Amino acid sequence: MTRWGRGPTRRVRVRWRDIGGEAAAAVVQRPVRTLLTALGTILGVGAFVATNGLADTARAQVSSRFDALKATEVRVQDATPDGSNPFPADVADRLERLNGVNRAGLFYMVPDDGSLRVRTSPTLVGAGRALVPVVAAQPSAVLAALPELSVGRLYDDFHEARGERVALVGRAAASQMGITRVDNQPVVFIGDIAYTVVGVLDEVQRLPDLLLSVVIPVAAAERDFRIDGATFQVLIDTAAGAAQLAGHQAPLALRPDHPERLQSLVPPDPRRLRRQVSDDVTGLFLALSALALLIGVVAIANATLLSVVERRNEIGLRRALGARKAHIRRQITTEAAIIGLLAGVIGTSLGLLGVAITSTARDWTMTINPSTILAAPFIGLLAGAVAGLLPAIKASRTPPAETLRA
Amino acid sequence: MTTPDGDEARSAGEAVLVVEGLSKVFPGPPPVTAVRDCTFEVRRGEFVAITGPSGSGKTTLLSLLGLLESPTAGRYLLDGVDVIGLSDSSRCVQRAHRIGFVFQAFHLLGYRSVLENVELGLLYQGVVPKGERRRRALEVIDSVGLTGRCDGLCAHLSGGEKQRVAIARALVGQPALVLCDEPTGNLDSANSEAVLALFDDLHRSGMTVVVVTHDPAVAGRAQRNLRMADGVLTEAVQA
Ligand SMILES: Nc1ncnc2c1ncn2[C@@H]1O[C@H](COP(=O)(O)OP(=O)(O)O)[C@@H](O)[C@H]1O
Ligand SMILES: [Mg+2]
Repeated sequence: MTRWGRGPTRRVRVRWRDIGGEAAAAVVQRPVRTLLTALGTILGVGAFVATNGLADTARAQVSSRFDALKATEVRVQDATPDGSNPFPADVADRLERLNGVNRAGLFYMVPDDGSLRVRTSPTLVGAGRALVPVVAAQPSAVLAALPELSVGRLYDDFHEARGERVALVGRAAASQMGITRVDNQPVVFIGDIAYTVVGVLDEVQRLPDLLLSVVIPVAAAERDFRIDGATFQVLIDTAAGAAQLAGHQAPLALRPDHPERLQSLVPPDPRRLRRQVSDDVTGLFLALSALALLIGVVAIANATLLSVVERRNEIGLRRALGARKAHIRRQITTEAAIIGLLAGVIGTSLGLLGVAITSTARDWTMTINPSTILAAPFIGLLAGAVAGLLPAIKASRTPPAETLRA
Repeated sequence: MTTPDGDEARSAGEAVLVVEGLSKVFPGPPPVTAVRDCTFEVRRGEFVAITGPSGSGKTTLLSLLGLLESPTAGRYLLDGVDVIGLSDSSRCVQRAHRIGFVFQAFHLLGYRSVLENVELGLLYQGVVPKGERRRRALEVIDSVGLTGRCDGLCAHLSGGEKQRVAIARALVGQPALVLCDEPTGNLDSANSEAVLALFDDLHRSGMTVVVVTHDPAVAGRAQRNLRMADGVLTEAVQA
């Protein structure tokens, strides 16, 4: 009748859903404790999203400004200067055929041995004042400098082709020489030759020296002055993103016979620049977020450890009701992971809010990588799960007999 | 009906619990022999009270019977199954299916509803679907007279109601044996009376109940009394 046989040792299969339900109930039904436990991770994930978002946003500002101007300028110069002009006469024709090139033209400063003496009257009265430099520039080079006129107009290919004696005067040079209008056809004397002023340059976005100078067509300069020994350069204005390619192709287009004679100066690759900026910022924000997250993990671990001690009776009871150690471990880890996930979601929202507020205040366009937003809650979840491991092990060691003694 | 390997053993009058030379020594220092060489049987449907002074080893004996602790010596056959030397997880299976506990301190989850607390008694059996757990929980809640409080939080219940919820939780898993440690210890006499009436019902319905108490009122309701003194268990002659 009495059998001293082995009993069933079959393991209890408790569904994950049921354990998860118990964990969720513990988290949801004590919201204040949950919030306090989550606080550190909320801050950690918030910091992660905010620093990431601000880095993205700042980077986007850098590159948008950068792209707008600097990334569209290329200069070509003599690789082995010997004082002669290495460029062909039809610079604009050769270069403006290339993909992405808007304007391209030759320019150089006319060498001054003291004989130019730029002035507004044929006499030499007033010589000894600050010298006004003379720049020779093809009309396409002036256009590539992105000029704005205060009065008059630019000279054009017609003037260039005929070597007309016309001049543009930079804003500073104009005020020095008292030129304010061009409708009365003012004249500047360069050496002993009169040039008619057709326009006053109010602003240039490139070659700021033009504002201090008198600018004349290249053909006129070649005919009227000695230009040996000048620093000959070609200025190219390209479409956004085309600078690298234009810089690469220009020497061959200009001097198919001796491309090595020419050297292109291109702006740094904007992508590389962006990466560089991002590397600087990334290092900082990674360190910050990691620190914040670490604090979050410790906070959850600590709070969960405390709650495990406080819930000794509950855990002992579950053991008395048949929960295996693994069930207890699972529940506590899941609770911590749920708290981490909640913290991740709340932290993500707060971080985004922070980026939005900062961007609005600085008048920036808010830019953020969507993967940051998607990853953040899971970082919280992972942080919670990791934080829950130690408390879970501690909880599972609660002796079930505890319930009878309590 | 859901207990593994126990069905054929569940006929009235059979031994639910057979204990031979059961001992428990707490290693100390100094070592304490809390339970000393206990030998007894409890038959199905019996209502047994174990009385004795404080510190005599009643709670320790109960924790051995409930597989919450392992004895240092002796044999134990529970519901036809040898439970000595089982692994921790096997003892969990036994606890989940064959034993219901009622504690002096109730041990309800105060932030959960009455229904959820009772369902907890089935959770770790693992094989009962959620809907079935709910149905059976509602049934036992009805049998302890708390149907109206189903959705109330346990924290808001009176002591007597709490203990009735705890009894419902112990019963919902249809155990072979209900173990109670000072079930009226935290209750006033009126509430004690209600809980004891419930034990009478249980006994009449054929449940096997072992109660540890120093409350003579509880012992008086029992069909059979055992006495514990200094870890030694003796059959008391019914007064
Ligand atoms: N975990 C333990 N470690 C050491 N001694 C214990 C432990 N639990 C109980 N004891 C001792 O065992 C004896 C019996 O205690 P207990 O079973 O609680 O008695 P009762 O329930 O009859 O009051 C007491 O002397 C007590 O101090
Ligand atoms: Mg006791």
